[in-house]
Amino acid sequence: MKKRLCLFLAMMMAAITCLSCGRSLPGTGGEGKGTEEASKEDNTVVVYNYGDYIDEDLIAVFEEQTGIKVIYDVFETNEEMYPKIESGAIAYDVICAGEYTIAKMMAHDLLQPINYDNIPNIKNIGEQYLKMCEQYDPGNQYSVPYVFGTVGILYNTKEVTEPVTSWDILWDEKYSGQIFMSKSIRDSFAVALIRAGYSINSTDEAEITEAKNMLIEQKPLVQGYFVDQTRDKMIAEEGVLGVIYSGDYMEAKNDNEDLAYVVPEEGSNYWTDAWVIPANAKHKANAEAWINFLCDAEVAAQNFDYLWYSTPNVAAQELIEEEYLNDPAIFPDEEILSRCEILAYLEPEVENLYNNAWTEVLSK
Amino acid sequence: MSDRRSTRRRLLAGPYIVWMVLFTLVPLAMIFVYGFTAPQGGLTMANILAVGQKENLKALLLSLKLSLLCTVICLLLAYPLAMILRSNTKSSASLIVFIFILPMWMNFLLRTLAWQILLENNGVINTVLTFFGLPKAKMINTEGAIVLGMVYNYLPFMVLPLYNVLTKIDDSIFEAARDLGANSFWTFVRVTVPLSVPGIISGITMVFVPALTTFVISDLLGGGKILLIGNVIEQKFTTTYNWNVGSGLSIVLMIFVIGSMAVLQIFDKDGEGTAL
Repeated sequence: MKKRLCLFLAMMMAAITCLSCGRSLPGTGGEGKGTEEASKEDNTVVVYNYGDYIDEDLIAVFEEQTGIKVIYDVFETNEEMYPKIESGAIAYDVICAGEYTIAKMMAHDLLQPINYDNIPNIKNIGEQYLKMCEQYDPGNQYSVPYVFGTVGILYNTKEVTEPVTSWDILWDEKYSGQIFMSKSIRDSFAVALIRAGYSINSTDEAEITEAKNMLIEQKPLVQGYFVDQTRDKMIAEEGVLGVIYSGDYMEAKNDNEDLAYVVPEEGSNYWTDAWVIPANAKHKANAEAWINFLCDAEVAAQNFDYLWYSTPNVAAQELIEEEYLNDPAIFPDEEILSRCEILAYLEPEVENLYNNAWTEVLSK
Repeated sequence: MSDRRSTRRRLLAGPYIVWMVLFTLVPLAMIFVYGFTAPQGGLTMANILAVGQKENLKALLLSLKLSLLCTVICLLLAYPLAMILRSNTKSSASLIVFIFILPMWMNFLLRTLAWQILLENNGVINTVLTFFGLPKAKMINTEGAIVLGMVYNYLPFMVLPLYNVLTKIDDSIFEAARDLGANSFWTFVRVTVPLSVPGIISGITMVFVPALTTFVISDLLGGGKILLIGNVIEQKFTTTYNWNVGSGLSIVLMIFVIGSMAVLQIFDKDGEGTAL
């Protein structure tokens, strides 16, 4: 979900280059119009995506195919993106967001329904995935899934010889000082809540407190709390166990063969990033053209080769090598998914409970 | 004539006044507005009193402890160095000062990240230790690593004012002390130290204040495990969106900074401490 900072910066530079190149191309309609002053005749789409979250070559392909100019902008976390959308300061046309943020945007009337007449490629998206998305977007009115994955444990098979099946291993004193936990509040709490047998979306103060105490108990064993750095540290064998997003696993394994990924038996978080159209979008039809383009089977397959995150595009899955399709770390099977839960949007009061509990954990 | 001069002076001061208002007074006012209001609106003291919460208080005390430790270590390292520099010839002294300042030409974050690589479990230092058959030391993500990072980053701020103050003391003063029968120990205690107080004060302020408020060093060398008051405030602004409590805690921190400077001012009667 989140990549290394340097990649993010490289992406930003690439995006800037793309933009300035795009500007000099003749016949693409509106020439480099600012996002705010978009007029009727300009033919652009303003895209807001996570850093390093698309095969950049596809942007040019899209521009060529449709004649729509792409203004591409990136962010690092949902938390950083959300206030910009809420304030409406910049009118983006299409945004890639995590499921709990989409739910939050829906709750605050920041999105508009998608017109599926403009997205014939929606047929490529598997029924089962659309159904999963209904958990936060009933009727799939507002969002089209882009990539999905799980949260699990990345471990070093040289050092951890026992089978890793349970989150309990993150509390095992044998691995003291060798464990990386997530710095993302919801992710770390998800681990503790599942271990305690509760929902990762618990709103019960007693349950959250129990999870908090578990995390406090675990803290002396933890080497550090990271998001982006966990993968690099695991590759460098700074530790032997780390909580990580499934998409990072393939990249980690490419650099260090001893690493393996598992979704523990108790279950985990199943996450989705999807495209949405904000209520203040100025080029809705173009946004739908963008989504339609990304739902194309070959485009999605090419994107997979770059991102290594699983695609809900079943037509694209047919183009992907068996080896990846059959790796449950990349494409979680039905059995794994049945154990997983989606992060839900929490009311501000509950969010505060989590935030305060997290500060307590870190200050121990 | 004098009228015209004062108008011109005022015009010249214009840019600084605009700068101060825009970038000092306005932000400060905003911190106070946020700090004394509730998210739903209405005046409140709750954001200030939030410092009394167990975890915030703990972070504040830990910050005080680590930054005091850092200041003491910096002072103990910098004073002898400044003395040595003083006794050197002018050119060799400025070369040493130059070398001391050289790392500051590089980005602060990069220098701190470099320490991460040095201190890691499989980092440079531990690789060397293993090579000599010594056991690995666990250094990264500890309080010690944070203090080390602070000392490394802020030491030049202690060396420079001390060096400046010590070089300004006339040699004849030491000769007079010796003439009057003081040995080198008493010369140091009764003459050198009292005369260098402005430099000491200046150095302490310039090391203690940034060390107290840092959140980057503790984040990079503490692995997100060790929460200083700077980290708590940073989290309030970024991950948890509670700008009100974040501002409240910033105000409390400001009180500590102003308090420490006021205490130091008592020792610095001539007000020379601000001169670098």
